[in-house]
Amino acid sequence: MDLALAALLCALGGCVAGLIGVGGGIVFVPAMTIILSKGQVEAEATSLLMIALVSLVGAWRQERYGNVNLRDALLIGLLSPVGVVIGVVAANNLPERALRIGFAILLLYMAGRLLRHVFAPDGADPGGPAPPAGAGAERASDPPSGPAGS
Amino acid sequence: MGSRKIWSLAAVGTLAGAFSGLFGVGGGTVIVPMLIALFAYGERLATGTSLAAIVVIAVLAAALHGGIYGKVDLDTGLILTVPAVAGVIVGTAVQQRIPEKAVSLIFSMLLIGVAIEMVVG
Repeated sequence: MDLALAALLCALGGCVAGLIGVGGGIVFVPAMTIILSKGQVEAEATSLLMIALVSLVGAWRQERYGNVNLRDALLIGLLSPVGVVIGVVAANNLPERALRIGFAILLLYMAGRLLRHVFAPDGADPGGPAPPAGAGAERASDPPSGPAGS
Repeated sequence: MGSRKIWSLAAVGTLAGAFSGLFGVGGGTVIVPMLIALFAYGERLATGTSLAAIVVIAVLAAALHGGIYGKVDLDTGLILTVPAVAGVIVGTAVQQRIPEKAVSLIFSMLLIGVAIEMVVG
């Protein structure tokens, strides 16, 4: 029964992962620690395996929809271990409270940027940078560039 | 690709990794909003690229956890992966049918929630 409930939660977690492009660990870890009474480390390690498989299928689906910039993804992914090392060293040397507050401020700042983007009128994104060159996605709504048909 | 963009993407990867190393959650929470806000990615491209980056991040991290600590519960993990994978297929399909800005709106709510949880929890 507990396993069925955990499975249901993980289905929801997967759905959120696909919808907003996160791994789903936010849901998988508590599903295992709270419902299946797994230890925190075991749950996090197992969650990583699940995240790898879920994000692989999610990335494959998004690739089929034309929504993946593989070059940028590889660059971000391959450089992340540098950050992991920095994170682990920081976790061992700085007060956890300060780290949590620091990251919370970063997340709130990003939330503010996103909300400003959401409520900006279409086609105008004040303060936003120019669209990335070679981002890999053609915008169907963009007007054709150049004197087409002339 | 300009060197400035490479450095910016390196910063995104490093921050995402630091977030994982510090708090044990994946980097998507950092990657998606940064791609949208700093690189002017559309929401669908940002989330798709984030998922592809997370594959690399999670494989590296899972190999470390599994190989060094032997803590991965393979049976439970595989059983729970089945519904989770079904969920991600549904989630990506739904995402193609809703306005892109709805994704940003949902994401900003998630960020605010996680930020509050980090300070209060």
